[in-house]
Amino acid sequence: MSTRCHVSTRKGLFTLERGSQGWEIARTSFLGDNVTLAMHDPRSGHLLAALNHGHFGVKLQRSTDGGATWHEVPAPKYPDKPEGYTPKTPVEGTPADWSLKLIWALAPGGPDEPGVIWCGTLPGGLFRSDDGGESWSLNRPLWDDPRREEWFGGGADHPGIHSVLVDPRDSRHVKVGVSCGGVWTTRDGGGSWEPTATGMRAEFMPPERQFEPNVQDPHMVAQCLANPDVLWVQHHNGIFKSEDGARSWAEITGVQPSTFGFAVAAHPRDAGTAWFVPAVKDETRYPAEGRVVVTRTRDGGRTFQTLSAGLPQHHAYDLVYRHALDVDDTGEVLAFGSTTGALWFSSDGGDSWQTAAAHLPPIYAVRFEQPH
Amino acid sequence: MPTVRFTRNLQRHVSCPTEQVPARTLREALDAYFAGRELARDYVLDERGTLRKHMAAFINGRQIEDRRHLSDPLDDDAVIDIVQSLSGG
Repeated sequence: MSTRCHVSTRKGLFTLERGSQGWEIARTSFLGDNVTLAMHDPRSGHLLAALNHGHFGVKLQRSTDGGATWHEVPAPKYPDKPEGYTPKTPVEGTPADWSLKLIWALAPGGPDEPGVIWCGTLPGGLFRSDDGGESWSLNRPLWDDPRREEWFGGGADHPGIHSVLVDPRDSRHVKVGVSCGGVWTTRDGGGSWEPTATGMRAEFMPPERQFEPNVQDPHMVAQCLANPDVLWVQHHNGIFKSEDGARSWAEITGVQPSTFGFAVAAHPRDAGTAWFVPAVKDETRYPAEGRVVVTRTRDGGRTFQTLSAGLPQHHAYDLVYRHALDVDDTGEVLAFGSTTGALWFSSDGGDSWQTAAAHLPPIYAVRFEQPH
Repeated sequence: MPTVRFTRNLQRHVSCPTEQVPARTLREALDAYFAGRELARDYVLDERGTLRKHMAAFINGRQIEDRRHLSDPLDDDAVIDIVQSLSGG
């Protein structure tokens, strides 16, 4: 069971620990600075934190002592464009910018490849480190695939990789989720990639293009560790599930109060269980009727429960971003945080929730430390 | 030799003491200053070596002309100020 959780916010990184009184803030790091994502590496125990300093760019910090001290490491860098090559963005037709805008995914490689870390970014580059985050290289096979140039931004100005899933059965089998570019899969450690979003539907595209894999907007992709062929997606258009390792996807409809949202968490052991945090679709993005709820399925998506015990049910307008919901290795402890700085924990699989903080800065990401 | 100075807001993140560097253009000055200071360079310039969108450079109190190539010429006693632009919020 996880006893530490890292919460990345607009004004710093907050580390919470579980004590006799529940979850409490044990440490603050980078107070005042914009921390967009943090990752705990279960193989080394080290931490990585991504910061966006705005004026000064996107940075990476690393801690080898559990967050007591940090040192800056080089952030991923995009390469120079080939001479005479002037790619354009597919929607705006403006020159495509090859420079780092945001670190949007950090995921440790498999247990058999210590030091490997994957990093998804805006404007769409996937980077890999072989030394625990001290240096990075762009995955060229994905970046140089001409279909990659068709990716476009969803809510952001640039496309981005927000989900990186390493298959626990084979570390060379990796999936990435792209807004907007669907889900892509490599089975050779990044040497070659294929789009794997067949079955997803993009309502925001013209009718004849709505089922193209490469235009899909999965907001977040989650994988059951015990049964990695089962994947869940909170998509811009709703909830999708795959039972065949992303070869095909089926839409799950009729979930109340909404199938729109950003976050999804998959139970690590029970392939039938997943959690979502719904919001009114998609132009307005606030909890339906001002009630913060979590939806949970325990039967593979056939039915859903609406969980609200302990969550605000009156004029609450908390939106939960894609990385701001997490579940620990037991599947019993969950946490999520909101754009209005509220943070909730559950220790019973979501049946009930306790408020750990109500006035944090806007929360971007919530991540448990998984056991070594 | 031209002098390079940096905003105090940058010093909170990375050390950039005022220094004199041999240079005839802003590009040469920044290249000389950032040699061996790769992390500091990344706070001011992006991967392309272009001044970050919300950074500003002044030479003797005047905003530079060439943000992309940083070709603005320097006198021997020029003072370069690297500051954050208010456009970034």
